[in-house]
Amino acid sequence: MIVVAFLAQVLRIVVPYLLAASGGVLSERAGIVALTLEGFMLTGAFTATLGSYYAGSPWVGLLAGIAGGVALALLLALATVRYKADQVVAGIALNLLAIGGTRFFLRYAFDSSSNSPRVPGFGGDGGGAVGAAATLAASAQNPLVWIGILTVPVVAWLLYRTPFGLRVRAAGEKPEAARSLGVPVARVRVLAVAGAGALAGLAGTYLALDQHQFTDGMTAGRGFIALAAVIFGRWDPKRVAFACVLFAAAETFQIQLQGAQLIPSQFVEMIPYVLTIVALAGVVGRSAAPAALGKAE
Amino acid sequence: MRKLLLLVGALLAVHVALLFVRPSGALEPPSSEGLDVGIVFDVGGRGDKSFNDGAYLGAMRAADSLGARVRFIEPGEGSDREAGLRLLAAEGMDLVVGVGFIFTDDLTLLAKEYPNVRFAGVDLAVANDAAGNPITPPANLAALKFREEEGSFLVGALAALLSRETRVGERAYRPTTRVGFVGGMDIPLIHKFEAGYRAGVRHVCPECTVVAQYAGVTPEAFRNPGRGKELALSQYQSGVNVIFHASGSTGLGVFEAARATGKLAVGVDADQYAEAPGHILTSMVKGVDAAVYDAIARAKAGTFRGGIQQFGLKEQGVGYVYDANNRALIPDALRARVEALRDSIVAGAIRVPAERES
Repeated sequence: MIVVAFLAQVLRIVVPYLLAASGGVLSERAGIVALTLEGFMLTGAFTATLGSYYAGSPWVGLLAGIAGGVALALLLALATVRYKADQVVAGIALNLLAIGGTRFFLRYAFDSSSNSPRVPGFGGDGGGAVGAAATLAASAQNPLVWIGILTVPVVAWLLYRTPFGLRVRAAGEKPEAARSLGVPVARVRVLAVAGAGALAGLAGTYLALDQHQFTDGMTAGRGFIALAAVIFGRWDPKRVAFACVLFAAAETFQIQLQGAQLIPSQFVEMIPYVLTIVALAGVVGRSAAPAALGKAE
Repeated sequence: MRKLLLLVGALLAVHVALLFVRPSGALEPPSSEGLDVGIVFDVGGRGDKSFNDGAYLGAMRAADSLGARVRFIEPGEGSDREAGLRLLAAEGMDLVVGVGFIFTDDLTLLAKEYPNVRFAGVDLAVANDAAGNPITPPANLAALKFREEEGSFLVGALAALLSRETRVGERAYRPTTRVGFVGGMDIPLIHKFEAGYRAGVRHVCPECTVVAQYAGVTPEAFRNPGRGKELALSQYQSGVNVIFHASGSTGLGVFEAARATGKLAVGVDADQYAEAPGHILTSMVKGVDAAVYDAIARAKAGTFRGGIQQFGLKEQGVGYVYDANNRALIPDALRARVEALRDSIVAGAIRVPAERES
């Protein structure tokens, strides 16, 4: 029973990481730094809440969540691809925009600076069942959980098995060479960033609909953990997914310890970042970022 | 180049325009008659359903019944907090109030700079000197502090007593000796809640265990409902029936878990019943409105004094909600028991620890 509870919790925690990190892989492999995952998620969480609230349907919320993430992603693409702004600066600026913008519109739409009213989400309320199996069953009714899991093979297939994926990788490794072969690098990068926005927007949608509301700043750094997973997973969709599961398992482990201070919680919170530094230092094999990552074409 | 010039021009225009931005509220300068009060909110501002709204209520009540002229400033994220306080102080307000412990340094600094202006800080953090004694704030600065541990003690007792019931309201429960606590950021301010809660639980149920967990070690831990929900789910699954949260909007996730599992939670700071009706046993409320009103009333009566002012059960600065909403959840016998505990604390017969035992 404890094992089921553990696995069910890992699953619930890992879904937003999988979605956002898969988006991050897409963006970074195309050469655009995925610093804005956090902002995409937060924006997606907010627009999903709006959609679900006004339409009364979580499916509309889901579409709105994708749209919110894509909208912010297109802004990033406009700044970095069209106007060749510094990717890190633009990324940070858009994160701030997402924090301030969602807060502003939260007040505007719902007259609160704290949280939105309750909105419809996927699946039941658990029907008052406490057991681990019941919560697992509730997760299984949530389409976003399945989308999150399926995203990993789909992004892997897209990157390695399709002409578009080849172009994405070319745009991220050697944009000059790609362009000389007729690849529309700018357009490929815009599409890849939009894809990242859509997936991270879905991650935010999952968070908001799982809580049945939007709360100010509710992503709480998950976008950065997803970015850490991208780097720790060496920009490969499957390894990145593994990193996500690892981080989620560490979190779950800490939660399930129930306050027993076997490991200080500070330490557990450090894990994703420490592992990322370890990975960047080349301890676990060569860690090579896409060659043109962060560079304008 | 022309684009750049245009951009710089636009930024300059915005900058100049911002110089003319005035805080909302009365625009006339303070006059010698009456009482002028300036209030600077913490991030979030009005509508946070907590601190800022409480301060707003208290100030509006003072405006109605004491005739105080009140001005509010809502700073955005960043460093314009100090600017807001300074603006009000420089205008010669009779009383300037900062809402939230975040204003501690700014208020202490300004109180020294403007010795003729009275300042008050809600939840002002008073530092200790090397010997561990609190450093008294300047004579014109009042630290409005709350004995959160006393209110937490009462909800702890209530949670422990209720965990042994087989039926709460319309739902059946398996009686348990485990009670839950979810804190936000792992810091001494929140440890006060935990310490009082633990003491309350132990007082009525020595054999009970408190499962206490924190959402994190950064300020994000107060805004992480996802983590709050997972912490609460694992506690509920381990047999806990009631969880008290002191974790800002992270606690909204605790309520969500209470809904999903059909269990109970205790709100904090303000009455949070409306966030999950039927699942909020009670809320440990802090009377920010009463404290702010009190400070304004003292300023008017001329009895304002600086230093640390504690608002506990006795001053009705903390308490727990018992009203038409949750009456059905709390049996009369338990209510009587908790009320007796309240009387003992007010009378000084029970001393509630403000720090965790280490």
